[in-house]
Order: sequence, then C-alpha cells, then structure tokens
Amino acid sequence: MTLLSTRGLSKHFAGLRAVENVDFDLPEGEVRALIGPNGAGKTTLVGMICGRITPSAGRIAFDRADITALPAHRRIRRGMAYTFQITSVFARLPARENVALAARRRLRGAEADAVVHEALDRVGLLDRIDQEAGDLSYGHQRLLEIAMGLAQAPRLLILDEPTQGLSESEIAGFTALLRDLAGRTTVLLIEHNMSVVMETADRVTVLDYGAVLAEGTPAEIHENAAVQAAYLGTG
Amino acid sequence: MSATRRSLALHGGLIALLFALQFVLPDYHHGNLARIMVLASYAVGYNILFGYTGLLSLGHALFFAAGMYGMGLTIQHLGFTPAPALVAGLVTGIVVSAGLALLALRTSGVAFMIVTLMFAQAGYLTILYFGEYTRGDEGFVIQQAERVLWGIDLSDPTNRYFAALILFAICLMACLHLVQRPFGKTLVAIRENEERVRMLGYDTFAHKLGAMIVSGTISATAGAVYGLLFGYVGASFASVQYSIFPLLWVLLGGAGTVLGPFIGTLFMFYLIDFSSGITTAYMLIAGVALVVLTLFAPQGLTGELRRRLWRWLP
Amino acid sequence: MDFGPYILLASLEGAVTAAVLALTAVGLSLVFGVMRVVNIAHGEFFMLGAVIAWWVAQSMGGHPAVGFAAALVIAPLAVAAIAVAADMTILKRLDYDPERTIVATIGLLYIIQQVTLMTYGPDARPVEAPFDTRLAIPWIERGEGGWQLYWPWGLGTTSYKLAVIGAAVAVLIGVWLLMSRTRIGLVMRATQMDRDMALAFAIPVEKVYALVFGLGAGLAALGAVLIVPIQQAHYLMGADPLLLSFIVVIIGGLGSLPGTVLAAVFIGLSDGIISVFFSPTLAKILATLLVGMVLVFRPQGLFGSRTA
Repeated sequence: MTLLSTRGLSKHFAGLRAVENVDFDLPEGEVRALIGPNGAGKTTLVGMICGRITPSAGRIAFDRADITALPAHRRIRRGMAYTFQITSVFARLPARENVALAARRRLRGAEADAVVHEALDRVGLLDRIDQEAGDLSYGHQRLLEIAMGLAQAPRLLILDEPTQGLSESEIAGFTALLRDLAGRTTVLLIEHNMSVVMETADRVTVLDYGAVLAEGTPAEIHENAAVQAAYLGTG
Repeated sequence: MSATRRSLALHGGLIALLFALQFVLPDYHHGNLARIMVLASYAVGYNILFGYTGLLSLGHALFFAAGMYGMGLTIQHLGFTPAPALVAGLVTGIVVSAGLALLALRTSGVAFMIVTLMFAQAGYLTILYFGEYTRGDEGFVIQQAERVLWGIDLSDPTNRYFAALILFAICLMACLHLVQRPFGKTLVAIRENEERVRMLGYDTFAHKLGAMIVSGTISATAGAVYGLLFGYVGASFASVQYSIFPLLWVLLGGAGTVLGPFIGTLFMFYLIDFSSGITTAYMLIAGVALVVLTLFAPQGLTGELRRRLWRWLP
Repeated sequence: MDFGPYILLASLEGAVTAAVLALTAVGLSLVFGVMRVVNIAHGEFFMLGAVIAWWVAQSMGGHPAVGFAAALVIAPLAVAAIAVAADMTILKRLDYDPERTIVATIGLLYIIQQVTLMTYGPDARPVEAPFDTRLAIPWIERGEGGWQLYWPWGLGTTSYKLAVIGAAVAVLIGVWLLMSRTRIGLVMRATQMDRDMALAFAIPVEKVYALVFGLGAGLAALGAVLIVPIQQAHYLMGADPLLLSFIVVIIGGLGSLPGTVLAAVFIGLSDGIISVFFSPTLAKILATLLVGMVLVFRPQGLFGSRTA
C-alpha cells in the first residue's frame, strides 16, 4: 500500500525553482533515503510534504487521502512525525517534558509517562530524563528530537539529516534504531552520510536541482553514473 | 510531599493568610489589600497570556474596562442588580477578548504589541466619544444602594475585603489548575518554540485563542468586580496606563509563575503609595522599575526564587 | 468663511502639522528600519526638544530670533546626546531584543516624562517665534466682471508657519541625501539590510545603532523646536506626536522613508481637514483602528515591502 505519494509537486521562490515537478511514491513499511547535493531541494520537498511550506503546484496524498490543503498540524495528527534539520527542541524544558509534549497529543497521564520513558530509553537518553534540553550535547539533542518523533508512534517518520553532528558510536546506535523500526514504521530519511544510507535504506531517491534524478536500491544508486556526476561534478 | 501537594499547600496557605489578615489589619491597609487583591486578579489574567503563552499585550486595559463598563452600564442604564451586572461584565469580557484575539492573533511579536495597543486606545477613545452614556473621563459613581449583592452591602469594608478575597482565590486557583494541565503546559511550549509545537500536531492558533479568551475574561471579571466593590467606573481604567500596570506587576513579581502577579502587585502598590507621599512624579518609580527589571531581572522576584531555590514552583 | 477658503485654511494648518509630523515620523522610521526596534519613548524626545528649546530661549535674552536660533541648534543636539546615552546604557545591554526594548522604552518614557514634570513643572509655556508676520491669502470668486481675487477675512497664515514647512522640507531632503549619497548613509543602509554581513565587513554596528538612535531622536526634537512657537511646551505634549508618528510609520511602511513622508503628508493634511468635519475624538478613533487593521491585514504598510 502506498502510504505517501506526490504528483507534480513544485516550489518556486521568486525565480528560483527549488523543487520541480516531483512524482514520489512511498510504500508503507519502507525505509526510503532522500539524497542529493546541497541545494537540491530535499528539505523543501519534505517541507511541502509535512506542511511547513506551501507548494507552488502539485498534489500530496497520505494514506490515500489528498492532504494538499491540510494545515501542518492536521497532517501530523494523521500520523506524520517530523524532526527538524536544525535542532529544534525546547531548550529550557527538561528532556522529559520535551518528549511528553510529543506524547500528550495522543495519550494522557500514566500512559503518556510510559511512552516518554520508552522513547528516551530507545535513544539511550533515559539517564538524562530530567536534564534541561539546552544543556544536552548537540548529538544528544538530535537524539532527543528522534525520541520526540518516536513518542508520537507515527505511521510516517520524516527525519531531516538525523545523524549530522553525531559521533560514530551515536551513529551506530541510530542505525540500529532505524533497523529496529523498519517494517513497522515507514521512514523518509534525508541523509548525507552514505554509509548510513547503504545500511538502512530499502530504496533511495536522488534529487538534483529540484528534480528526481534517479531512484532505486542503494546498490543501484551507488553504481549510477549520473548520480556520481551530480555529487562529484563532471570532468 | 509531591510537587503538586506542595504547590497546593503554598497557594492555599496564601489564601488562608489573606483570610486571617482581615481580622488584624488596620483600616488603611485593610482597604489597600482589598484593592490589591482585585488588581492582582487582573494581573493573574494578564500573566496567563504574557507569562505562560509568551504573548505581550499592551492593550489589556481594554478587557479590564470592558468588564467594568459591562457591569457599570447595565446597573446605571438598565437597572440591573449586582449579580446579573457582574455576569454582564464577564460576558462583555468574553466577547471583547474573543473579538480582539481573532484579529490580533494574526500577528505576532512587535506587531501584536502594537495591534493590542491600538485597539485598546480605540476603546478608550470610544468611551470618551460616547460620553453621553459613559460620562467619559469623569466617570460615574455606583451608589451604595446599588451595591448590595444578595443582601450583603459591598460598600462595607469587611464584606468588600471578603468579596475581593473570593475573586482572588478563584483566579489564583484557576491559574494554578490551568498551568498544571496539558493545555497550560502546551501554552508554555508555545512560548518556548511555537513552530515545534505546531509540528507536534497541536493547533497552536486554537491554543493561543483559548489563552487570550481566558486571560481577557479574567481581566474583565476583575474590572467588573473592581467597579462594583469600589463604586466607581471611569475612562481612566481603559487608558494605556492600566495596560502598562499589569505588565509591570507581572514583570516585577515573576512572569510565568502563579504567585508572581500577586507579589508584583503588592510590591508595586506600596512602592507607589510610598513615593506619592514624596513627589507628584511617582510614575518615575514605575519607569525606573521597568527599565531595571527588563535589564537585570527579567525573571522577576518569584521567577528568581524559582530559578535559584524552589524549582517545583508553578 | 465659505467652504473653499475654509478647506484651504485647514489644508495650510494641516501642512504645518504634516511638516513637523514628517520629521518626527522619519526619526521613528529610521530607528525601526536600521535597528529593528520600536521606541515608545520617541514622543518624549519630541517633548524634550520643546522643553529644552524653552530653556535655551529663556536663558538667552534679546531678540527672540537669537534665542530661537540657538534653541534650533542646541535642543536637537542635546536630545540626540540623551538618546545616544540611553542606547548605550540600556538598549545595547538588551541586545536590541524587540520585545524587551519596547518594555524598556516604556520605562524610559515614564522616566523622561516625570523628570520633566519634576524640573520644568506641569505648566505649558510659550516660546516666541523669531518672526511672525501675518500673510493674508486670496481666494478666487466669480463676480460681475469674471473671476476676481478677494481676501476672505480669517484666511491667512503667518510667515513663520510657511518657514516651518520650508525648513522641514529642507531637513528631509538633507536626510535623504545623507542616506543615499554619503558614506555614513551607506553604512546605515548596509546595517539595515543585513546586520550580520555588516559585522563581517567590520562595520561597527553598535556605533551605527547609537548614531541612528541619536539621529532619530534629534529629528523629533527638531520638529518640536519648529512647532513650539505655535504650540506651547508642556510635559505631556509627547503623547499625540507618538501616536501620530506610529500611525504614519505603520501605514507608510516600517522602514520605508518615502512611504513615511507620503503618509505624513496624507495624515497631517487629513487630520486637519477631518477635524473640521468630525470631532477630533472620532478622527482619532478611526486613525487608531486603521493602524490596527493595517497591521493585521497588510503588515508591510501601504508602501513598504515585506522584510525577511
């Protein structure tokens, strides 16, 4: 079953074509990596999918329903979760409250508390549950973001460069987490770290200059000459 | 003792203390404290929007006056008795705050401050313009005979004190309850990072709208009670000064704390009381206080207390 | 007086108001445009200009023109100095955070206002104009012999009022030249456009801010000195100019200088004309509602462009 699909999705900013006519299908349960050089339009595309950015043209369907006109918070309610590219936690609140806010939209009281504990445990932050989020290291803040995503028990988890700034061991932990989620949660992952992509993604979509350049398994994309050229330049 | 029980004990204790003071205070301070409790209720209302939701309004006098005039005009021109008049004040508050919220919440930050300031000014000028009914700047007195609520004469100092205490207790406890519930916690999160809250699936507009209506209605109720207890309704309560006061009280006492508004109102009231004895330019104190607070202690008295000692303070 | 001459008179009076309003509003607009802060104490800088002008004229004896000329130079400079001091001690420490700045400038408003009350007192005091010749203005009317000029009684202005309009125009042109032709103006515009870039180019942003804040206050004070022979100096006289400049800057577009001037002319003239037909209170109600509505539905004002 296709969980998420876009047709002709485009975004123009005063002369700049950030995203151009993207047709995108994401089957349920798949881990899809979205890669491309800097400025390829990945965050813009994802921004349109989760509702932060209004498209210039095109349609988006989630769970077989057209959500193009739906405001962001409603899309989240339908089962999307989004982690920010630039870490956006509640710095002055404890880690516990950060995740609780994510959980409380669906659950109350003891149930919410249980989910908070579980989410923090899965990302390895349970021992820092009462620490102020702003005091956490950058890597831990990114893990907190992921915990907030998990606490929502989403159908589609959108991760925007989740391993950026993480140490090697933290990346390994993240990869394990992702493999754990695979199958149960659909994941759309914007990543620059190719080894993470190779290890976790079922399929890869490559964006370049706002359009889909290639799509396939990690191995296929790895071999694709056009993709190599886009990343490394020609000649 | 759990944090919730501790808060309840502390806040309940304050109410009990205020109740006990009624019997020992000399007349002058007795009257002052009644006034302070009603004004502190206004500040509690303001704090919900400013301290907890993070929206700085410069036009709350509009709500205070809406309640006051809703109450006063119905007594004066429609012959209402106190109880329905208070309800009229409350309802006016709900309507005006909902109306302003729907407009002002389309803006944020500096624009929000100016929009609220402008509409409050327009409200003040409208009261002056319709002076035929409102008696404008001069205002009108509500006679003693009209201030008898269910057989209790509210102009009597003891009754007045208890009425003020009841209002304050309700507002304080309502605020305490609100901030410990999910709705209140979401408001705090909106203050901290609204975009993040939106992307967690919350309808932030609806939350801000709710916060503004609750804030405005509490402020309006305080205005209605103030007019009824002290027997006077005047345009000065709709002026910019009465929009700046709750900001000042809350900043001083501690924005985002439940007790802060009361502490701030109490402190500032006596500070100005003290300085008006010395000079006619007592608002100078308010000016200096605003600058000093915003420079060095934006957390306010209770806020600093919470930051350094009692982290569980709501 | 007939309708035609009446409107002309109202327009002339309105032009004087517009001239002074333009100066005051441009000061506020500059501060917002470059520093991105709203100065609620702006009206008090205006008032200080008038009050200091009175002090200066008072201390100098002799012909009123001497006192006035001295005031014209001293008052704006003194007020600018006070503003620079306020910027360096208060605003800089707040890191120009928009909301905290508004609260701090409200405090500053009370401080300035009340200190003036304590020293200058609650009375309104006049300052004599340097020259004040009455000029009658003609109106045309169809008579027996065709179109004829006649001088309606009451239709006139003074040489001083015309001079005020002229002076304001001259100063505004000066400000425009400063912003667009000089290096300092370039530095100010660069800081306005992109503060971080300006810092990267070793532009002393904080000094620029102090300069701009002082310039904004000085312009308001200058406007006040020009108007004080017509209106008297009073410690509460800052409230109306503050509200009016706000209206002008918001409608004209925050940070847009031509928009501000146009809006000032429009509002200054219409304030005069509307007050003829409607009560001043109603005019003010409409004006404040207009500002509120513009901010809600068209925040860039009528001329400004959407800033990032």
